[in-house]
Amino acid sequence: MANIVIDRVRKSFGAFQALKEVSLTINDGEFVSLLGPSGCGKTTLLRIIAGLETASRGDIRIGDKSVIGLAPKDRGLAMVFQNYAVFPHMTVYENVAFGLRRQKADETRVKAQVAKAAGLLHIEQYLDRYPNKLSGGQRQRVAVARALAVEPKVLLMDEPLSNLDALLRLEMRTELKTVLQSAGTTTIYVTHDQTEAMGLSDRIAVMHGGIVEQVGSPVDVYNHPATRFVGGFIGNPPMNFIKVPVSNGKVVVGADHLPVPREAGAEVVLGLRGEAVELSSLPQGLEMKVRVAEPMGSHLLLTGSIHDQPVRVILPASETVKNGDTIGLKLDSQRITWLSPESGKSYSAEMA
Amino acid sequence: MTQNRPWTPYLLILPSVAFLALLFIVPLVQTLWLAVSSDGSPSLDNMQRMVADINFTNSLRNTFLLTLAVVPVQIAIALAMGTMVSKVGTGRETILWIWTIPLGISDLAAGLVWLSILQNTGYFNTILFSLGLIERQTGWLSYQTPVALFFAIAVAEIWRGTAIVMVIIVAGLNQVPKEFKEAAEIFGAGPWTRFRKITLPLIRPALQSALILRTVLAFEVFAVVYALGGRNFPVLVGEAYNWQNQNQNYGVAAAYAVLIMIISLSATLIYLKALKVDPERLP
Ligand SMILES: Nc1ncnc2c1ncn2[C@@H]1O[C@H](COP(=O)(O)OP(=O)(O)OP(=O)(O)O)[C@@H](O)[C@H]1O
Ligand SMILES: [Mg+2]
Repeated sequence: MANIVIDRVRKSFGAFQALKEVSLTINDGEFVSLLGPSGCGKTTLLRIIAGLETASRGDIRIGDKSVIGLAPKDRGLAMVFQNYAVFPHMTVYENVAFGLRRQKADETRVKAQVAKAAGLLHIEQYLDRYPNKLSGGQRQRVAVARALAVEPKVLLMDEPLSNLDALLRLEMRTELKTVLQSAGTTTIYVTHDQTEAMGLSDRIAVMHGGIVEQVGSPVDVYNHPATRFVGGFIGNPPMNFIKVPVSNGKVVVGADHLPVPREAGAEVVLGLRGEAVELSSLPQGLEMKVRVAEPMGSHLLLTGSIHDQPVRVILPASETVKNGDTIGLKLDSQRITWLSPESGKSYSAEMA
Repeated sequence: MTQNRPWTPYLLILPSVAFLALLFIVPLVQTLWLAVSSDGSPSLDNMQRMVADINFTNSLRNTFLLTLAVVPVQIAIALAMGTMVSKVGTGRETILWIWTIPLGISDLAAGLVWLSILQNTGYFNTILFSLGLIERQTGWLSYQTPVALFFAIAVAEIWRGTAIVMVIIVAGLNQVPKEFKEAAEIFGAGPWTRFRKITLPLIRPALQSALILRTVLAFEVFAVVYALGGRNFPVLVGEAYNWQNQNQNYGVAAAYAVLIMIISLSATLIYLKALKVDPERLP
């Protein structure tokens, strides 16, 4: 069993609070992504789990045993560093074999494991080279191979594919996922890239400013963001937020009167995914002034305003809308998130 | 610009080249000639006289023994000091400053400091006496106690010359990014393995510089030896000095000088080959 429990962990660097109070449980064999903007504390959290940094407060448990005070090498994990940390004075082969050699693995096992990891990451042809002669993306793959070669129970990866071209990244992430799943490796995967996080993860933890804003399955986080930040950070285009007046517990949207949560005050923020709309007519639909219509091939992207607030919506490519048009939109009421204008939190998340 | 005037760079480095040539190459050639000539014609007389001298074998052996004893200890101590100070946060500068104090002392002064400690009426005997370990003043620096004399000189040399090694090694250690040590730690390397497999290979250039510098200086050891042992402990530079000043025989003195130079150059070459630094394998 190698579940990870992060229990009210805080970390300060001097007066600066990098992690404010982070709690997160990762089940045995689960793949969890940490997603968040630059500087939100992802690397810091990973380094605390690895034991390279000590938490100011809180507890870390791996396999139900507290690892506070345990040296990194005694925590039974492997890590891919954000800046690779591939040893410059060793060949790629020796880099990948490094962990196995520390475990005193016999030569046949070392050979087999290195070949397996190198094959998976397509670095077989570089095994005799020194890392300085490799590109950033190749070095990054060496770092991933070094971590996979030891077949760890727990794997921490800090943006392991950030330097690969789009095609290779897509291929690598599918293969990574397959390998880690069949090995039952508990994985924490840090990324900036939301499509990567959506595609790979069993669950996503969205971080912002040293806290975890929401943890959930990709679909859940996408459709039911707990906060305005999460809705805006995930999805392309980001979720639209339209402030609308409430009367008698209802909001008027074109011809429809949509009920809002009871806690809502005089105004509420309507969170709307860009694709959760259909073209309808006026005045039945909600009025949108289209500033720019961009045909993207697979869909039509409209930028404009609703109630004088900026929005972006997506329509099927077959619709014809031109710059400057005023159109009516029918909203999918099942896919609306209602948020508090004051706290920026969704009402359903506030109740939970 | 430089394409139009290809001689500009040469013009700019001319003064330094001329200066070096005048003050280094000319005396060097003169010394070489002095060593391999006699009365103005080529001859190996000086060499033969040097080798035949009763102190020659002794001084050669002493110099090599001292170098072999002092340099590895200095490197080891400097590595230990450098590693320890890299773990220190506040106060690091102060510690480094204190450790480098011996750098500011001339080697003759350093010899005199240790003489005041180790001579018959020195601090060392006083302490041993007050602890009841000796009953009367004991000589440590005479020809009757060659082992003690050797140790005394070695200790004084180590005290005096380790700081420069440490400065070079600390500079080298600062060049090693901490993520390499962290990665090694994650993948199961303990402190000793990290030192051997990560730190040591990555500070190779610094280690090479320190070894060359210290070894060359160790072959030139003189003032400390002279202050502590006088002529009881002959070394190569001391012999050159004696032939020059006491015996007024510049030819044999030059032969010694040339010998020292050959030894130093060979040591440097050996280090350059043995510790070959491959730029491809550096961070
Ligand atoms: N050793 C340190 N000393 C002081 N501040 C630090 C230190 N390490 C990190 N920080 C600060 O903590 C915050 C979080 O850093 P962290 O590296 O965890 O961000 P991140 O989420 O990994 O960002 P990125 O996506 O850019 O890698 C940053 O504001 C950073 O400046
Ligand atoms: Mg980071």
